[in-house]
Amino acid sequence: MSSINQNPRPWIIRLVFLTLAVILIGRLFEMQVLDNKYKIMANDQAIIKKTIFPPRGIILDRNGVSIVTNALTYDLVVTPAKIQDFDTTSFCRLMNITPNQFSETLKKIIARNGPVRPSVFTPYLNETENARLQENIYRFPGFELRAHYSRSYPAGIAPHVVGYIHEISKRMLKMPRYSSYQSGDYVGISGLESVYEEELRGQRGVSFIVRDVLNRPRHEYMNGELDTPAIAGKTLKLYLDAKLQKLGETLMQNKIGSIVAIDPKTGGILAMVSSPSYDPALLSGGDFSKNYSRLSQKFTRPLFNYATQAQYPPGSTFKPVDAVIALDLGVITPKFGYPCRGGYYACGRRIGCTETWAGHAADLELALAWSCNSYFCDVFRRIVDAQQWKGGVHEGLQKWHDYLYSFGLGHPLGVDITGEYGGNIPDSAYYNSVYGNYWNSCNMVTDGIGQGEVTETPLQMANVVAMIANRGYYYTPHFVQSIGGNPRDPALAKYLIKRQVTHVPYSVFTPVIQGMEDVVKSGTGRIAQLPGIAVCGKTGTAENYGIINGQRVKLDNHSVFVCFAPKDDPKIVIATVVQNAGYGATWAAPISSLIMEQYLTDTIKRAALLERMEKANTIKNYIRVIDSFQRQKDYMRYMLKTANNRTRDSIRRQRDTMLVKQILRDYYRIKIPKTSYLKAIQHEE
Amino acid sequence: MKNNARKPVAARIDWLVLFLYIILVLVGVAAVYSVEYTSFSEPFFNFSKSHMRQLTWFVISLIFGLIILLTDSKFFYSVAYLLYFIGLLLLFATFAVGSNVKGSHSFIKFGSFSFQPGEVCKLFTALAIARFLASSETNFKTLKDRLIGTAIALVPAVIILAQNETGLALVYFAFFIAMYREGLPNAILIGGFLIAGLFISSLLIKQWPLFFIITGLALLIVWFGRRQIRRSPLLLIIVISTWGLSVLFANVIVPFTFKHVFHAYQVERIYSMLGQEVPEDFLQPGETPQGISDYNVRQSKIAIGSGGLLGKGFMHGTQTKYSFVPEQNTDFVFCGIGEQFGFLGSAGLVLIYLVLLLRIIYIAERQRSTFSRVYAYCVASILFFHLAINLSMTMGLAPVIGITLPMLSYGGTSLLAFSIMLFILLRLDADRQMLIR
Repeated sequence: MSSINQNPRPWIIRLVFLTLAVILIGRLFEMQVLDNKYKIMANDQAIIKKTIFPPRGIILDRNGVSIVTNALTYDLVVTPAKIQDFDTTSFCRLMNITPNQFSETLKKIIARNGPVRPSVFTPYLNETENARLQENIYRFPGFELRAHYSRSYPAGIAPHVVGYIHEISKRMLKMPRYSSYQSGDYVGISGLESVYEEELRGQRGVSFIVRDVLNRPRHEYMNGELDTPAIAGKTLKLYLDAKLQKLGETLMQNKIGSIVAIDPKTGGILAMVSSPSYDPALLSGGDFSKNYSRLSQKFTRPLFNYATQAQYPPGSTFKPVDAVIALDLGVITPKFGYPCRGGYYACGRRIGCTETWAGHAADLELALAWSCNSYFCDVFRRIVDAQQWKGGVHEGLQKWHDYLYSFGLGHPLGVDITGEYGGNIPDSAYYNSVYGNYWNSCNMVTDGIGQGEVTETPLQMANVVAMIANRGYYYTPHFVQSIGGNPRDPALAKYLIKRQVTHVPYSVFTPVIQGMEDVVKSGTGRIAQLPGIAVCGKTGTAENYGIINGQRVKLDNHSVFVCFAPKDDPKIVIATVVQNAGYGATWAAPISSLIMEQYLTDTIKRAALLERMEKANTIKNYIRVIDSFQRQKDYMRYMLKTANNRTRDSIRRQRDTMLVKQILRDYYRIKIPKTSYLKAIQHEE
Repeated sequence: MKNNARKPVAARIDWLVLFLYIILVLVGVAAVYSVEYTSFSEPFFNFSKSHMRQLTWFVISLIFGLIILLTDSKFFYSVAYLLYFIGLLLLFATFAVGSNVKGSHSFIKFGSFSFQPGEVCKLFTALAIARFLASSETNFKTLKDRLIGTAIALVPAVIILAQNETGLALVYFAFFIAMYREGLPNAILIGGFLIAGLFISSLLIKQWPLFFIITGLALLIVWFGRRQIRRSPLLLIIVISTWGLSVLFANVIVPFTFKHVFHAYQVERIYSMLGQEVPEDFLQPGETPQGISDYNVRQSKIAIGSGGLLGKGFMHGTQTKYSFVPEQNTDFVFCGIGEQFGFLGSAGLVLIYLVLLLRIIYIAERQRSTFSRVYAYCVASILFFHLAINLSMTMGLAPVIGITLPMLSYGGTSLLAFSIMLFILLRLDADRQMLIR
């Protein structure tokens, strides 16, 4: 071999080769080891983060029958800012829309959600659209298909209980409760869906997916090591009995009102019917807005939950409660009687009583059985005017109010669906404000028979009877038995607390319950008898008024019935209200009785009664009139509320126009005739 | 030593070169396989897949190699010129029967099999130059023989350039390295570098400032060398003519080539490599910059750079696997290795190539016959040029010029050409004690 001295050129060539290797390795070291930016760039273009939506928790009845389940559907979601090199014509052909519709929809989306946030372009794709898009979606950057579960209702019952889910609204997004949601997410809006949102939604998963140059997902990144799996929402098991609920809804068709059935031992709601009802599937799926507005415009207001939101005067069903308070205070004994012959005259006016024969109020049991108004007006006055009240009637009424408050009246009970109302139990402060401190027990004597200022929701009616049936305690009524199989879930903690009613001894309830049994056995509610079962109940016929043409008009009575059975081991408590239907014994009592029969014996033997109740229509025409007046009033109220804004806007517009006019005149010497600028404004609007 | 010649050929060939060659080919097959691989369910032996095709070509290459090893080494000396002329004929033939592949007119098709004469012609040119320099009539110290040598190297290059294969044509300049070893003056290499420097500065600096800089440099040289110039006025003439040539080159030839010879995409590639926008002067009328010309390089850099120190693992590359890098089986095959095996793997590959190059130089220097030595140098130079341009291109150090990575890139002609080249080298080396005339 030649040495360097002999011929340096082979060595120079070797040096050149070596230099190249050093340069290349140096460059590789810089790119692969020192510089991090290529890794970031690679991840940016090859790895996409995908949110996996878990299936929402399903809802089962007490026997495991599905009430709410899931169906997988796809939405077409667009991020306007990511649209580029877009082939509008083929997209429109695929989606079967015109290019005009396309740009209009896109404009609307940008106006509503801005260009950066992903928004739903077409919700609830049908199967063909979905199949076509799945294959071609990579051709439309900026568009993606988002799978989500929509709700399906195999039983088609209890829409007011389960509520519905819908895309989260802008207003909800601002609430701290929904801080983890994004626009386009679905969220429970009402009912159980809303109250148990946290339990039902499950936990979202994230998966990192490697995509190829055509934007098609290819495989999991790092074998899914960084992924978090989606956790399905928890199953809600209810106390609700689907069969019972279905029966209740059938019985209540063509009637306005509600049925609430509670298991008094747990506070579990066995059925909650609000009538008129609707198919819950109407509010799930693509036609939400159409169906929603149609439902909300019906004069019978099917979206209103008549079981928790309607507040009725309880009527005579209030009488056992009065009796409990009076016995506890010792102002009467079970033997106390009142000589009623068809009216109560002690307050200087007649308060009528249905029964006129002597002795129908000879003692407490008889008075309950025959629902004597005079007797309970007297009892009420004895309660509020009792001698032990040093503060007189003010203190007495307040005590009466406090009793009722502890019975769960006058305030929302805290049932686990949304929008519950509290009813009304007036207190001394209220009458002070009405009568200016000068009032006595005669002013509100009708409160004692469940009229006057007293209102209750059907749920409260049922709950207070449950308290009596339990002889002194109740559990807050609720629907959910267990969450994900766990009956002691923290979300259910408040429903496991026994609500012991203020110091009312057990013995007080015996005569009251006896009286309620007599109601069914021999009194006003005989239609509710069930062979071999000791049924206790109380009818109610609640007077009520509506406003027509600005005048307070007496309407048909509400038919009310509360009951529980069996007497000594109560398994079910029912409260039924049929609006403007008449006597409690004619409508509410048989309906309650049928429900009870179904629940306790699992059959209905009185087919004729069932058929008669199912077919009856008690909706009065004046409801339509009252409703339209109400809507008018609401509209006026709304206009008044927004009047300021509208005035402000119109003034602003006028000022702008005048400014423009002035500028045109002063700077450009253009005179605008009055008519044309008016046209301009109109056009602008 | 004499006994050596009597041993069978198998005992006399350089096993290290053969070993490195086989490793490189297999790395290439693996790279192609990993990029096309989608799932285990697909059979490995699928002849529609690139990796099986490449393996087939490997077997063909080995058969050719065996034939070459069994041939007499004098045969290559004797047919060198003949092959060279056949090569030139093939190159000319492409004008007539060539088919258009990706804008270059350099392929000849036989049915489904396409073949690039330019690739094979490198080998023939190497043999021809070796024979020319080895012949007893040649005196490489004379200008005439130097010009003949240059002509042998550059005639094919000119033809190939006319076929629009800039990269391939550039490789023929590799023979200057071999000729440099055989006594080409230093001045030519220095001149070459000077021209390259002038070329780049003419792209970076505007025409008039560049003119003044060149003129200023010339004036400075004249000023500092005024004593020598007074002694021999010839120097002044040399300086002035150099100045004139420089100005002509920088201010006339380069702009002209850019405007009228190069295509818009080539101009853009060169400028994007330099990190510059194409100046308006060099835009050809009617052509607008596409602005995407650095896509290849960017994707290639991302793929290699994202490999990190250890790489993403075999068959776990994301960039190459999902076709982010264009031409990732052929010219950009190095990306797959950089991404999957990281710095250690890719630097290791560069080192394998370096060992191969140095081994070939070692082999060259131990030859008794000039023919074998020059041929070995030619092979080393060709490999060196391919490596330098291809790897620099994938790492963003050179403009994108279509040129393969020896032994690794997918493609039959290329693999076969390099294989034959190396096997002839091995055959000649086996007879290194002989004088081949």
